[in-house]
Amino acid sequence: MRRHQTRTAYTFLLIPLVFFLIVRFLPTFSALRLSLFDWNILKDQQPFVGTENYQRLFADEKFGQALRNTALYTVIGVPAQIALGLIVALMLNKIRALRGLFRALYFAPYVTPIVAAAWVWQWLFSPQFGPVNTFLIWLHITPQNFLNSPSQALATTAALVVWQNLGFQIVLFLAGLSAIPRSYYEAAEIDGANGSQAFWKITLPLLNPTIVFSVVTGTISYLQLFTQVVNLNFTDQGGPLGSTTTVALYIYQIAFGRYQMGYASAITVVLFVIILAITLFQLRFLTRRYDI
Amino acid sequence: MTTTLPQPQARETAGDPRPRRRLNTPMLLAYLVLTVGIVVTLFPFMWMLLTSLKSFQELFNLAFLPTAPTLDNYRQVLTETKFVQWFANSLLVAGVTTATVLFFDSMVGYTLAKFDFPGKNLIFILILSTLMIPTEMLVIPWFVGVSDLQLTRSVPGAYFAIMFPGLMSAFGVFLMRQFFETLPDDLLEAARIDGMSEFGIFWRIALPLVRPALASLAIFTFLGNWNAFLWPLIVIQKPEFRTLPVGTALFNGEAGTQWGLIMAASSLAVIPVLIVFAIFQKQIIEGIVLTGMKG
Repeated sequence: MRRHQTRTAYTFLLIPLVFFLIVRFLPTFSALRLSLFDWNILKDQQPFVGTENYQRLFADEKFGQALRNTALYTVIGVPAQIALGLIVALMLNKIRALRGLFRALYFAPYVTPIVAAAWVWQWLFSPQFGPVNTFLIWLHITPQNFLNSPSQALATTAALVVWQNLGFQIVLFLAGLSAIPRSYYEAAEIDGANGSQAFWKITLPLLNPTIVFSVVTGTISYLQLFTQVVNLNFTDQGGPLGSTTTVALYIYQIAFGRYQMGYASAITVVLFVIILAITLFQLRFLTRRYDI
Repeated sequence: MTTTLPQPQARETAGDPRPRRRLNTPMLLAYLVLTVGIVVTLFPFMWMLLTSLKSFQELFNLAFLPTAPTLDNYRQVLTETKFVQWFANSLLVAGVTTATVLFFDSMVGYTLAKFDFPGKNLIFILILSTLMIPTEMLVIPWFVGVSDLQLTRSVPGAYFAIMFPGLMSAFGVFLMRQFFETLPDDLLEAARIDGMSEFGIFWRIALPLVRPALASLAIFTFLGNWNAFLWPLIVIQKPEFRTLPVGTALFNGEAGTQWGLIMAASSLAVIPVLIVFAIFQKQIIEGIVLTGMKG
């Protein structure tokens, strides 16, 4: 019986296993190998250089900038979308009528093609013709340069990402909230706890799994930020003075602009290690068991 | 989780039914904040639609509403650009990948949930671990491989090159395994005793029972491949193979910044997605809830 099961199982798994091997695992090892070569796709010679690509990384100013920007996106974007998502979810939980409609409307940006959203964003935040500046002038606030300003471009880009991810966060939190038994709140009320005590002592601790999931998946996606950044400034990728460049965009430029596949592979390996380390760290230290 | 909470006392629950919540100040405040949030969230969509209806003359006019709305931008996008071709390409790529993901991911999920065989946990962990590999790391070897095989110039090869990374997904395997685990074994065993083939049991008994999961997976896969950007941007060499996101992104270079056309093209790219979302809203949200909760 078990032998029969084993045979059937591996027959079913054969094609998918070949797929995951060829399209996911082999390329991963291939990238590791490429990172040890001076591998320019346009040249005939692809000499082995050992760790030279990695040493080059430490001296690379542009890589440093891309890394700092990526970190900045993550520490701005992840907390912002979690906080906003939680606030909206709590408010949606308070209301009865129109709840489904509101939830759907907040979710709409998440399904919108990023490229289209990025075009609209450029227009909204255009220094000369954008409605955002029109609104600021109406409020008697000095119009801003937004995407054209080295100091504001990153925040404007992060705002686009948060706008797109917010609906997803809200749905996650609504699911987390609906799993908290109502009786806990009733008991807290009997014990004389007020609304804010109930939030800090019941809601937030019991949302811990949702928050951990959001932080981990959010961080992974922010560390790979690419499409929004490229499309907000297609002719000058990476924004004014490289102020919006990310690691993923830098990889793209090195690999497909300059065809330095070896050096680009070394950067992807570093990115992989960073993602792995941060994810394991977050899973280890954010997960809490709460006893109420 | 252990709970040392005092149980609600009998008089609180057994008495009169809880009074129905009426409109009170916190609720009104919630409606107010939520409405402001909705206006901010939807403003980009409204701006896009309204701008796409403006003629070239009033494009840079800061007024919100077009004075003489025109469909001219849409006519130009549909007749003077390759928009229809890009749309068809995206439909093909997203359609094929959705079909293969549904078939293979449910087969793998079913096998991992319902069979007992050596190497099962290892295979599951290996497939799941691919979720941690950043796409950036994979695209370089993919590109080298595709270039070596010279796939990007001709018709079946170019489309295959665009869609092969998405033919199966680890996320889908995870989702389907979760669902198949809830199926009772007795049902499958009964079919086995009746002499049904193993594939028949999977295809005719198990699969129809997880239809809601298939629906969520289908929508997520379709949207993901419809909006895919990094790999198509890298691998597509000829304009006629561009997918909708790549085509729209490269609009700028070829036509100068023609905002009216861009907004019309963006609207045309967004509207079908929003319609699909409106129809399948429930499945999409259930899919997130299930992966989020069990992740």
